[in-house]
Amino acid sequence: MHPVRRQRLIIVAFIVVGASAAATLIFRALSDNMNFFYAPAQIAGGEAPTGRTIRVGGLVVPGSLKRAESGLDLAFRVTDNRAELEVDFRGILPDLFSEGKGVVAVGELMPGGRFKAAEVLAKHDENYMPPEVHEALKKGETAGLAATGGDDDVR
Amino acid sequence: MSGVWSFLHKLGSPRWFYRISSQWLPWLGVLAGGLLLWGVVWGLAFAPADAIQGNSFRIIYIHVPAAFVSLAGYYMMAGAGVVSLVWKIKLADVALRAGAGVGAAMTFCALVTGSIWGKPTWGTWWVWDARITSMLVLLFLYLGVLALYEAFESRETAAKACAVLSLVGTVNIPIIYKSVDWWYSLHQPATIKLTRAPSMHPDMFHPLIVTILGFYVLYVVLLLLRMRAEVLEREEKARWVEELAQGRGLAPESGG
Repeated sequence: MHPVRRQRLIIVAFIVVGASAAATLIFRALSDNMNFFYAPAQIAGGEAPTGRTIRVGGLVVPGSLKRAESGLDLAFRVTDNRAELEVDFRGILPDLFSEGKGVVAVGELMPGGRFKAAEVLAKHDENYMPPEVHEALKKGETAGLAATGGDDDVR
Repeated sequence: MSGVWSFLHKLGSPRWFYRISSQWLPWLGVLAGGLLLWGVVWGLAFAPADAIQGNSFRIIYIHVPAAFVSLAGYYMMAGAGVVSLVWKIKLADVALRAGAGVGAAMTFCALVTGSIWGKPTWGTWWVWDARITSMLVLLFLYLGVLALYEAFESRETAAKACAVLSLVGTVNIPIIYKSVDWWYSLHQPATIKLTRAPSMHPDMFHPLIVTILGFYVLYVVLLLLRMRAEVLEREEKARWVEELAQGRGLAPESGG
């Protein structure tokens, strides 16, 4: 290769490597601030600030959804399988909200340790299947068969 | 090896590029249209609805291909930037600028379809999570290249500045791709991964492959069209462009 071109190619490589290194350092420094939400275990560990708007995410604990007799008040628990958090909310839940599924709540941590949500977003996973397959998987699960529909973790 | 070099050398000639792309475009256009029609009709009308999201998941047949192409298109643009910086081939400058426009359109399409998808599923049009924010940064990088190009009087300086900007911007691509794994986000992790089978039923996945291929070919078609327009504009004083404008057609170059 012509020396001038080789020199230019080295400069190009330097730009890419330098920019990548800078980006890596920035994102390492930011790491936790890049998270869209806190997990219940982080909140139990006191990592989340009180008195300002934060987001909390996790799975809705099955059987934990309680609705008020009248009105739109409701409460449910969110878990990351390490800790649980009580969430209070007044409003309409998104269609995809369901127990055992992922959710992100936007709101404030109350002094009592409960979370007062102003907005609740449903999180869906990366698995797509027709209803019949979904039914078959569910039946398989209840029959105690090893039916794996993908990893339903907190993310 | 010498065959590759002579091909690349010819590709650097605007006139040769214009002539050869005239031959490719009809075929590529038919291929893109056919694949997209096939994939979209299959995905929207014949693929089964999703068990949880119902019919709203079907926007995946546009959203995912547009997002794929917007990321791959950035590497194309940065690659053109490297060729432009190192080998000073004019056609690489043309590809860089054309790629920024088409890439911006694809990124915009991915963001808009994602937003429309977010409302019925997540319950919101927009959130500032890592995936969505980094995609927005990608759109701004594409638009930044377009704007930077216009900011210079000389084409050479503009091409150099744009090539450097597009090279620096490549750091964003792995960040977009891995954002859903590195950080907690509202966006779900990838369905299609090279390392394992897709977490999607085959009846839903097959039409998606077709629309992804269709979007790749569509990208090439749009890129070639933009590049041809740019070539004509740059070469407006060349004799072959004058002859073309007078309707005399484009004869093959004598002696290559």
